[in-house]
Parts: sequence; structure tokens; C-alpha cells
Amino acid sequence: MIRGAAILAYVVRRTAILLVSMLIAAAVLFLLLRLLPGDPANALVSVGADPEQIEAARRQVGSDLPIGAQFVRYLGQLGSFDLGASFVSGVPVLEEIGRRLTLTLPLTALAFVGAILLALPLGILAAVKRDRWYGGVISVVSQLGVAVPVFWIGILLVTAFAVRLRLFPSSGFPTSGWRDPLAALHQLALPIVTIVLVMSASLIRYVRSATLDVMGSDYLRTARALGAGYSEALVRHGIRNGAVPVISILGIELASTLLGAVVVERVFSLPGLGSMLLSGIEQRDYPSVQGVLFVSTLMVLIVGFAADLAQRLVDPRLRGTSGGRS
Amino acid sequence: MIASPARTSWTSLSTLKVTAATVLLLTGIAPALAAEGGPDATISVGSLYEPQNLDNTAGAGQGINEAFNGNVYEALFRLNDDGTVSPSLVKDYKVSDDGLTYTFTLQPGVTFHSGEPLTSADVKWSIERVTSPDSKSSRKNSLKPIASIETPDDATIVIKLSSRSISLPYNLSYVWVINDAAKDLQSTEDGTGPYALDGWQRGAQLAVKRFDKYWGPKPENGEVVFKYFTEATALNNALLTGAVDVITSVQSPDSLAQFKDNPDFTVAEGKSTTKLILAYNDRVAPFDNVKVRKALARAVDDNKLLEAVWGDYGTLIGSFVPPTDPWYVDLTKVDAYDPDSAKALLAEAGYPDGFTFTIDTPNYDPHPLAAQFLQGELAKVGVKVVINVITANEWYTKIYKAHDFQATLQEHVNHRDIVFYGNPDFYWGYNSPKVTDLIKASEEAKTVDEQTEKLKEANVQIAEDAASNWLYLYPQIVVSKTSVSGYPLNGLNSQFFAYGIKKAD
Repeated sequence: MIRGAAILAYVVRRTAILLVSMLIAAAVLFLLLRLLPGDPANALVSVGADPEQIEAARRQVGSDLPIGAQFVRYLGQLGSFDLGASFVSGVPVLEEIGRRLTLTLPLTALAFVGAILLALPLGILAAVKRDRWYGGVISVVSQLGVAVPVFWIGILLVTAFAVRLRLFPSSGFPTSGWRDPLAALHQLALPIVTIVLVMSASLIRYVRSATLDVMGSDYLRTARALGAGYSEALVRHGIRNGAVPVISILGIELASTLLGAVVVERVFSLPGLGSMLLSGIEQRDYPSVQGVLFVSTLMVLIVGFAADLAQRLVDPRLRGTSGGRS
Repeated sequence: MIASPARTSWTSLSTLKVTAATVLLLTGIAPALAAEGGPDATISVGSLYEPQNLDNTAGAGQGINEAFNGNVYEALFRLNDDGTVSPSLVKDYKVSDDGLTYTFTLQPGVTFHSGEPLTSADVKWSIERVTSPDSKSSRKNSLKPIASIETPDDATIVIKLSSRSISLPYNLSYVWVINDAAKDLQSTEDGTGPYALDGWQRGAQLAVKRFDKYWGPKPENGEVVFKYFTEATALNNALLTGAVDVITSVQSPDSLAQFKDNPDFTVAEGKSTTKLILAYNDRVAPFDNVKVRKALARAVDDNKLLEAVWGDYGTLIGSFVPPTDPWYVDLTKVDAYDPDSAKALLAEAGYPDGFTFTIDTPNYDPHPLAAQFLQGELAKVGVKVVINVITANEWYTKIYKAHDFQATLQEHVNHRDIVFYGNPDFYWGYNSPKVTDLIKASEEAKTVDEQTEKLKEANVQIAEDAASNWLYLYPQIVVSKTSVSGYPLNGLNSQFFAYGIKKAD
């Protein structure tokens, strides 16, 4: 079982890298947050508070401690898998993240799948039919799509489909959550489409260029020379080879979908991870911000890990090598 | 701010394809929107101010006043929408001749949402929550004269004061009466109001339901849902599409046009207590010089600024006191716009060639716009303004706490907050012994008339001293569907009493 052992060794090594990355990420996040001017205690007071009240608030959130002591306390918490409680709401951060993920994860996942379903056929079409007018149109439009900001697409869709046509709600998420999946989907339709459009624009371009590479490759010519039809050669040999670079791009794209979700949640007033992050930053609610960034960093690293693993499974040539993308 | 394009121009074929497909797929499953009116109607209220938690002594923010004051929690007294104060949980009360002992009798038959009866012990506990060392209530200081609270029987509270406090009933209108057995007040409640909390989905909405055992008049609706938005545009769209019935306070003047000439909506303007001011650090040169402050007041055309920001809405003010405060005096003529005399005053003060100063400007609307306007106006009299943009959070550290600034823009939302000018340690450092004494004496006044006279005098004095530059009073604009009525217009202290809101069938 050399193949199994090699993969196991690889998984162990990657997990170690993951843990070290997380520790570095935690330290960087901690420091960056404290470089921002301001004080989390300020979110708890209002105009009229006297100096004693402000000091009491600082003691309560621990911002009166030296930064070293704060970091030690934070590491201790992380070590016991505790992300602390929000300074402003008092709710445990992990609990709140769990609740918010029930929105952000499906939003991201559905948008991701939607983008792949849209980008794969269009990307391949754009490559194979690059001499036809629609092949060119796809290329040009996807090029344009890359340049358009997410929030702009969101506003455009809201204006057209919510305010004008009244087909979809302009914002929000039902209180019933996913207990009524159709209502939830109806509510999330515009946000999902927004992310799909933006994401598939760049994805189409990657798929197109990967397909072009494959089409110009020697092995495809060889397959055809051996008697395979054009389509058969492309499906049997092309997709597997073309998939390798696309998978690694997908890993990166999934991470940026998560980022896109932050903006989209803001535009559509969705109570997800993104809105938790933004309001946390405004209020200098360190535990919330650290928690969200920590969890999303973890997700991005895990996705990168998974993409790497998937690449090795698809491409036998990568299995024996010890080095990996990092 | 993000502008919403009026016309959509499709840039992509793929856009069209996918949206068409999704529309076909999903419009078929649109849930029917409940739009029922009548006595059990659900009223959806759209707001930009989500509370951070549910406890007004734990830094919950102005959103909690909006959702809970008078709706979920009541106090001994109520601050009405017209600025008057009337008894609420207090049936009647007596004040001793020396003004130092207040005896309150509670309304009979009041129950908390948990079913427990209201007693004097709950009231004592509730007041002490606000005055406790942990309390972050901005009203804590106003209750300092309270020396002791006694509860001789379940219906009677005796408050003894160390000095007269004519505003005690008013100040008690900020103290929620809470069941003293209640736990976890940051995420639950136990009040006596006409509504009980029915669920809070953080980041999205907070629902309150009619409380059937309420001691007072039955609300005109069955349920109120506060829906929270972070973007004014998203909030407006929600009203346009019928997802909310009413917006508590419109903060984007540009958006009013789409509601104003539309028969489906009502635009109502009330009087707010929110003042936009340019506060100087009166401790430091050149702002320790009255002539300089007066000169800058005369150099700025407030009317032009108000028009630029709010169009036909809003009010000019000549001091810190809005028309809804009992001690309002029209002081807009004091240091009115007059650039020539501004230049003369600057020369008199020793700055014939002007000077340069920095305005610390909060990064949210309307402050950056106002800062640029001031920059333009003051340049005309030779004063150069440097704009330093800071966040709201930073403002507290740099300006409110450390007093490390020359001048700053800030909106002050509180009602009856002229008292800040009587505190020389306040961030703006205005130190007039006369005003300090007047404000102290006003609180110790024997009658409301005496209090009003003293505060009027203080009001005139701060205006004569140009203690700060009061730019304008925000309008308070409530927009609703035409079928919805009965909401409060002024929203003093961000309160939004929901019990009178009716929805037509």
C-alpha cells in the first residue's frame, strides 16, 4: 500500500502545516486588531458617561490589561477551543458563529455550485467555439464581469427584480430559517445569483484557458490519431487533465466566494458571518472579529488542503512527489 | 454612499440567461405575503439601529430605547412624544416641602411578563441597577442626588435626596422597571409593558407580542417586528417592496423623493433632538478666545449647509437647545451669518490673517460632507481647515476621553442635554462659572418655572459665548405605508412607542 502510505504521510504533514498556519494567523489577527485606533470599551459607553464608567467598561472587556497579558489570555482560550464571549452582546462567539454559519455556508455552497454549473459549460464552449460569435461574446462578457464589483451587481439585481418587478424580496432572511427551505431559497435567490455572476465570470476564463491548453496538447492529438473522435478524446483525456489546474483555482475561488458573501450579506441585510464581522469591526468587538476571522481562515486553509488532496487523486503524477503547493 | 441606478442596463448575456432561469424556478414558490390589518395586525418596523444587547445599562445602544422604551419596559414616569413627562407606573406621588423626600405610590394590579406582580422592591432594585458601579447608563450621573430608597410597603417607594432634584421624575423616565428576579437581561426581558419579547434573531429582527395581562390600554396591534438594516438603501427598498410598514427615522435625504410623491406612502416630519455641532476644544488656543469662536460662528452659513444635506427639512438652531426642550429660546440671531464681521472679529482677536486648525471628523454621514462645507466657508475668512477623518469608536478615545483635539464634528442625540455645558470636564471644555452655577441651581430649583428660567439664562449665555458652533437640528422623518398610522413623530431619545400604530384592513 505504498499509495495509501504516501497519502497518509502527506495528510499528516499538511495537518501540521495547517496548525502552524492557524497559530500564525491567530497572532497576526490579534495584533492587527489592536493596531486599530479605538477601544472595545467605547462600544459600551455613550456620550454622558463619566471617566469612572469608561474605566469600568475597560476593566470589563480587559482592554486595560497590557497587550502581552491579553494575548496570553487569548491563546489560553484558543487552547481550550473557546473563542470567548462578545464584548457587546455577551453571547459566546462560537455559538453566534454557529448560528450565522447556517446562513453563510448554504449561501456560499449554493453560489459555488451555481457558479461551477454555469462556468464549466460556458468556459468549455468559449474555448471550443472560440471562432463563433457566441464564443467571443462569452469571453468578452466574462472579462467584463471580472471588473464589476459585487455590491454593484447586487444593487442592480435588487432594483430590477425586487423593487421594479417585485419577484423577490429585496433583503433579509426568514426567521423560520431553513425549516421552510423554499421560503429561505426564495429569500436567498438574489444574493446567490449575485455571487454566481461575479464568481463565474472569472471561473469561465480559467476553464476556457484550461480547455484551450488541453486542445493544443500532444496527448489529445495522439488520442485522435489513435482513432478517437474529437468529443470522445476531449471527454476521456481532456477533462481529467484540464481539471488539475481548475481544481486549484476552485480552492482559491471558494475562499473568495466566502469573501464575496461578506459584501453580499451587507447589501442584502443578511444575518450571516459577514455582517457579524463588519459590525464587530465597527464596535472593536475583538472576540467576535477574532472568532469570525479565525473560523474563516480555518475554512480557507481546509479548502486549500482539500483542493490539494483532490488534485492528487485526479492526477497520478502528483502522488509520488513529496512537495506540495502551500 | 452607494447610489442605486435608476435604470438597469444589462451587461451580459450570461446574466440574462441565469436570471431568467432562476426567476422561472423561484417565482413559482414565492410565499404569500401576509398583509393583514386590523386589531391583531403585525406591524413591521424598519430601523438602522439594532440593539447590541437588551440591557440599557450594559451599552445596548440607542436601538434598545427604540424597541423597548414604553413597549416592553415601562418606568415610573413616561417621557411623552411631545417632550412632556407624565406618570406611568406611578399612580400618584408627593414631594416634601424641603424637596428632599419623594413618596411614590405604584399603580395597582401591574404584572410582569413572567406573571409576577410588580412591587416596590422591584422598583428599588431597578433604580439601583442604573446607579450601580457596573452600570454603563449615560443617565447614571443624573441620579446622583439619590441618597436612599425605602420600601415601607409593596406599593410605596420613598426616595430621599441629598440635594433637591427637580428633574427626578424626568430622570426616572429613563429607569426601566424590571422584575428583581429576572436573569440574563442582555438577551431576555421581564418588564411590565404592553408587549413581551417574542424572539430576537441577531443581525436581523426583534419581535414583540401583545401582552394580554397588560394593566393599561390594549395596543392597537397584535405584534410588532423590528427589522434591522445596516444600509439605508436596503431599508428604503424594504419599505418600497412592502417588507416593512414604517421606517423609524430616515437618514438618507436623497431617498425621500421616491416616497414623497407616491400615494402609497406617507412622509411625516417631526422634531428631533439631534443636533449637528462643530465642538471646539475651548481649553486650547485659539478657541479659548470668545471672539474667535464668535467669528467662526458668523463665518458659516448654516442655512446653506442644512439645505445641502436635507433640502427643505430640518431646523436651524442658535444654541444647543432644540424647540422641544422647555428652555428653548430662538437664538439663531446671535452670531448669525455675517462673513465681514467675522473677519473684523478675527482681526480684533489677533488673527487678521486667520489661522489653521484640524477638525476631527467621524467617518459617517453627514460629518464628512459638513467638514468639507466648513472648510469652504472658513477659507473665505482666511481660516484654513484640515480634515482628519476618524471612526466613531476612535472618537471616544481621542476626543471624549483624552480631549486630544482642536475641533470636532459630532451629532448629539440626547434630549435636555444642555447640562453638558455645566460640566467643565466635558470633552469640549467649556468653562463658564456662571453657566455651571445656573445649571446646578436649576436642578435645585423649587419649581419647574424657576428651573426653566435658570436654564433659559444658561442657554442664552452659551449662545453669547459661542461655546460651540451649532450647525442645525436634524429633521425626524418617519415614512410609512399610507395604510399605517398612529406612530410617534418626534422620537425623543430614539423612543418609538408602537402601541398606537394601526394598520387598515
